Amino acid sequence: MSEILLQIDGKEVKATEGMTVLAAAQSAEIAIPTLCHHEKLEPFGACRICIVEVEVRGWTKLVVSCVYPVEENIIVRTRSEKIDRIRKTILELLLAHAPDSPELQALAGEYGADKDRFEKEASFCIHCGLCVRYCAEVTKKNAIGFVDRGIRKEISFIPEIASKECNDCKECFPLCPTSYLQAAFVLTQALAFPYPQQSYGDC
Amino acid sequence: MDIDRIDQIIDKHHGEASSLIQVLLDIQSEHHWLPKEALDRVGEKLQVPLSRIQHIATFYKAFSLVPKGRHEVHICVGTACHVRGATRILDTVEEATGIKPGETDLDLKYSLETVNCLGCCALGPVLEVDGKVHGKMSPVKTADVLKNYE
Ligand code: SF4
Ligand code: FES
Repeated sequence: MSEILLQIDGKEVKATEGMTVLAAAQSAEIAIPTLCHHEKLEPFGACRICIVEVEVRGWTKLVVSCVYPVEENIIVRTRSEKIDRIRKTILELLLAHAPDSPELQALAGEYGADKDRFEKEASFCIHCGLCVRYCAEVTKKNAIGFVDRGIRKEISFIPEIASKECNDCKECFPLCPTSYLQAAFVLTQALAFPYPQQSYGDC
Repeated sequence: MDIDRIDQIIDKHHGEASSLIQVLLDIQSEHHWLPKEALDRVGEKLQVPLSRIQHIATFYKAFSLVPKGRHEVHICVGTACHVRGATRILDTVEEATGIKPGETDLDLKYSLETVNCLGCCALGPVLEVDGKVHGKMSPVKTADVLKNYE
């Protein structure tokens, strides 16, 4: 595979064809914030927090680094006034859904995002798709998926599969940037399939 | 529901996962909804996870996961129809059928939906029943049209 040279934040970075700008930056130890990215999963580009500026032959554009493939001689800027402003707004919008997410709060501190800027709409899930994609791509159980679309989009467990698989797996739980996934699981469990016997022991 | 019939539909599309939406559309048009057993069968035969089928079936408005009536009534409430009195047509239909947009009556006779433009504004206000367009509607004509459906 051919080697590609690019510049990220003033640093010369070597990458290979097909790599994303995010991967190239990470290989050079340049940090770009991400919420929906996971190294084991296909790029998804849902949260947009990893947005960066890319200069191609004198033209600057905004791209989402976790899905944008590297190109020869491009100049990438991972922080600028504009980018910080965009990330701040994205965070403020996400915080309207999940105001208590520690991950969002940490980023909010860095970018000066105000969690009360937008009226709260506590759906808790920020649609990063980590749980859905992890279950489909890594564990291959497909116990959880998205339903509906737009403002009504939400995650939904498939009870028949979840009742068999989830108790012994739960690998997606720590991936969720909010606590919604776990809550949704407990709710599904309460409504759609019985609680496992052994768990009663602890109370 | 007839599982063999579902199998036939799947076979018609050569059981290919890429035909998923076509298969679902065929089932929808025959049954007026997508029963759970049908979705299970489709998933099994096309080798597509149920989570994915569920995503698609809830994404497109053409699909329904609850039973729909034998006759699908669409009332245009786009701008042109609206100014020409779509609200009165809607009121007439609601009164005649006893259902509101998004609902289906208990006898599974009608399902009612509003749409935002059917693309024939000159015929407004427009009422569509099972794909057939009835233009230049008045409340009286609307009631007459509905009488033709069993
Ligand atoms: S439940 Fe959590 S992990 Fe799953 S999509 Fe929503 S925010 Fe992401
Ligand atoms: S990490 Fe790139 S869009 Fe979410």
